[in-house]
Parts: sequence; C-alpha cells; structure tokens
Amino acid sequence: MARLRDLARLIRTKNAGPFQLTLDILFPDARSYEHVVASGVITRALMAGFFQFDEAAVKLFHYAPANAIKVTVPRAVVCGDPEDHDLFGGQQFGPPVDLPVPDLPATPNA
Amino acid sequence: MTRQIRYLSPTGMLGVGFSEDHFRAALSTGLAFIGCDAGSTDGGPANLGGNKPFFSRAAVKRDLRILVTGARSIDVPLLIGSCGGSGGDWNLQWVWEIVQEIAREENLHFRTALISSETDRELLLRKYREGRVRALDPAPAIDESVLREASHIVAMMGAEAYVAALEGGADVVLAGRSTDAAIFAAIPVAQGFPAGLAWHAAKIMECGGAAVVTMEKPEGMICTMTDEHFTLEPVSPKQQCSPLSVAAHALYETADPYFMAEPGGLMDLTDAHYEALDERRVRVRGSRFEPRPYTVKLEGATSIGYRAMVLGGVRDPVILEQFGSWFGGLKEHIAENVDAVFGAQSRGQYQIDYKLYGVNGVLGQREPMAAQVGHEIGLVMVTLAPTQEMAYAIAGQAAHMVLHHAVPQWQGLLSNLAFPVAPHFWPLGEAWRFVLHYVVEVDDPLELHAMRFEEI
Repeated sequence: MARLRDLARLIRTKNAGPFQLTLDILFPDARSYEHVVASGVITRALMAGFFQFDEAAVKLFHYAPANAIKVTVPRAVVCGDPEDHDLFGGQQFGPPVDLPVPDLPATPNA
Repeated sequence: MTRQIRYLSPTGMLGVGFSEDHFRAALSTGLAFIGCDAGSTDGGPANLGGNKPFFSRAAVKRDLRILVTGARSIDVPLLIGSCGGSGGDWNLQWVWEIVQEIAREENLHFRTALISSETDRELLLRKYREGRVRALDPAPAIDESVLREASHIVAMMGAEAYVAALEGGADVVLAGRSTDAAIFAAIPVAQGFPAGLAWHAAKIMECGGAAVVTMEKPEGMICTMTDEHFTLEPVSPKQQCSPLSVAAHALYETADPYFMAEPGGLMDLTDAHYEALDERRVRVRGSRFEPRPYTVKLEGATSIGYRAMVLGGVRDPVILEQFGSWFGGLKEHIAENVDAVFGAQSRGQYQIDYKLYGVNGVLGQREPMAAQVGHEIGLVMVTLAPTQEMAYAIAGQAAHMVLHHAVPQWQGLLSNLAFPVAPHFWPLGEAWRFVLHYVVEVDDPLELHAMRFEEI
C-alpha cells in the first residue's frame, strides 16, 4: 500500500468562511486522481471519522477539472472563538496525509 | 473584431504587496478598470468587531499609492472591495483617510464613491420579523437580541453597488463589505458580457495572481473577456497559468468547487472548460450563472469579553511521562485559586482555554496521536472574562499555579514552566465572536448599502 501523500501533489485545509473548513486533495494527473477515486478509500464515512462529524454533515466532491477530491465540513469551533485552535484552518489535514491507498499500477491500465 | 474587455487585479489582497514594475507594465495593455479585494475573515472576528485593519496602515498605503496613481494615470476606475479587511464603517473610513492622504501627497484630484455596508439595525430587525433573514448551513442560532446587540454587522454587497457608484461618476470606489467576486464582475456584467463568464473570471481574479502554477510571491493577473470566453495572463513574465492551475483555483477557500452563491444568482462551473492558449495563458469557456432571488449575506461580530494569555514550555521528563494525569489535577487547583480571589460565583463567568502543543495543540479533541508525548510540551493558556482586569488576573494566577504544581516524584518547590517572554502573561484586549451566517432577502440590490460621493 502507498500513502495518500505519495500519490497527491497537494493536501491542504483552509477556512471556507468562518463557519466551514475545507480539505483539498489534489493529484498530479488524471490517472492518479482516477485511481484513488476508483479505490473507494476516501469516503464521507472516513472523513466523518477524521473530522468527528456526523456523516450527514460531510460534503465530498470529485472535481476532475483539477484532479481533486474536496471535503467540506462545518467548523467544530467558529473561526477566532476562544476555543479555536487554528484561525485560518490551515493545519487540519494531518491525519489523512498517511492514509493507506492502493499502489498506483506501474503502467497505465490498457 | 469581436468586442472585449480587459482588466487588472494587481494582488490578492490590498496590503500584501506586489511588484510595481509589473503593475506599471500592465497599465499600457488597454485596461478598462483595476480592482482589488481588501477583505478577509481569516483573521477572526476582531477586524469587524473591534475596528481593526487586517494589514498595517503602512502596508496598505504602499499598495494604495501605486494603485491610485496608476489608475489615475490612465484614467480608469479603481474598485476596492471590503476596505480595511472587514468592510465595517470604521474600516472604510480608515482606507478613505489613507486615500485622501495619498491624493494630497501626489496632488491628484478625483471623485470617490464610499459605499457603506453597515446596515440600519431596525431595517434588519424588520426583515428578521418578516422571516426574510435566512440561515445558511451551518449557522449559529440567532434571535432579535443578536441582531440588536452585535458590535458590528455588515452586509456583503453585490455587483450593483459598484455599477451605481460608477454611474455616479466615481473614479475611485471604496466599498465596505463586498463579495470578493462582485468587485470584478460588476463592470463586465454591466457591459453585457455573459454573466457566467463574468462571475467565474471575477472569482479567480479576486485572488490576484493566485491561480498560477507556482506562486513565489504575490503578483497580479490580467483578464481579457469576450462574449465567448475569458483569458487569464499573469502580469509577471516569469509566472504561468495552466488549465490545471486555473481549474484548481475553484477549490481554494470554497465549500463547493462547482456552485458558488452570489447575491443575485449561482455560479455553475460544471461545464467550465480550461484550455492552454500558450505556456502562460489559459482560456476559459462554458461557465454559467443562474439568476436567483436577490439575497445579501450578513457578517456580524459580538463582544464576548476580554482575554489574557500565558505561554510556557515544559521539559521535565518526569512531568512529561505522566502529563495527562498531572495536568488534569491542575485545572481544579487553578479554579480554587481563582475562587479565593473572585469568589466561587465567578465560576461560569470566566473560561480558560488550554492549547497543549506537543499533545493536541493544533487538532484539539480530534488529535489521534494525543497519547504520544515527545520531549517537550508548549502550553498556551488563554483566559476570557467580563473585564480585562479579571482576565489578566486569572492568567497570572493560572501561570503561577502551573509553575509550582506538585509532581509526585519530586520533593520541594518546583518551577515547571519555561516562560519565553517577559513579562510572562499579557492582556490581549477585547474579544469578539462571529455570530451571523445568514442572508437577507432584499427588495432592491442597493437596499442595504448607503452611498456617498466625495471630491478631492
């Protein structure tokens, strides 16, 4: 198994306004993007676990124009509240970075 | 020849800087206007609640001087949205004073429109009672008191406000809180360019040159629009746009990469197509805009008290190997110590938030590796209380309690925290909270936004 970071070109989180947090997983090409999407590893249930929200609150997008998977969740704490740990939401992506994903096949599938 | 419009976004946020050489070169490319977004909520609610600019006066004045002199030198409108970060009235006035200063220093004369986004509270309350204030998802619950008591409430204006300002003869438009894209969509939409292209381009352009392959430093972007497509070109000859870099920009800070709500409709990028024109330029077509009933988004910040903080590090291996249990006992000791000064009834009036770096300082309760403690832990304690005096006092008490909290294996008086800054606890001033994630239905796009004109 590979790790998600081995296949992605960028994994990041950021505020999407003060009330939502969004995770972007961008792949370098359509092949690696489609491989990870087809693997079915990244699901709303998995992301609900990472972000500790009900699955119903997790939005998952497959965005082929940028070879990207996007996940948007409510912010557990509103941006800038005393309990907030991450004002810009920029460092919330740690746990999925090492997520096991199936290795990319050595040559593109025929 | 098909008609076209060209405009410049010199940087993603006013005050963050850009290269003057590239900006000056872009002025001779046939621009119809220059726009710049100045807004962000990323800094938290203090910008709006506490009348604070996002960037310093010096940084904003540096950028504004180049923008104002540049726009006047080619006689095109300069549109600045969300002045001062939050777009509140104080923030708008702050930018207006800087613009006046620049005009005096540069001996420039022009007409400025100032568009306020702080709305009459009675009007908002009436809308609320009429059921015309609607929650976005997710939204904190509100009642009339939230709308009445918020320190500041701003309404995010749409493209129409900019158009009205220009129809009033403005050379420079200083807008309060605005949607980022409205700054750049206003003129192309008013000139009849397809709304789908105009809004999609605006959504990319509001970030300046951010949609490039590799952003080494903030620079601008030029957009050229026809009735069929728009083309993006970075102002820096060293930077490139690629279909991937432009498409990826639809992800940045957005909740949904396909649909984005604006005051009068919904951007639909489902069928947007990105094509490399050459190694630096990207052409986009196929974006749509679906008109919707006109709604204006509200942002609001409410004062929640005053804060103070303590910062310290723990390096004692004996503490670290039992950190959870050691620290658990400490919180009650701090509470008892505060009781002694402020009385037991003070519990519930104040709070202390603990950020434990090396444990779960970044992810908080979501941290799966919180049990793996390394060779040191950084402790941030932030107090919140009804007065600055009380918040500061509690921070001092908390610092002292941690400093000398007993460690079972050691005998004698301990000093458990390495404080990196003297003095070791500090008042942080007033604190605010974002309290609104709502839209208001309006009868007219300009209903909530008062405008005035000033001649320099």
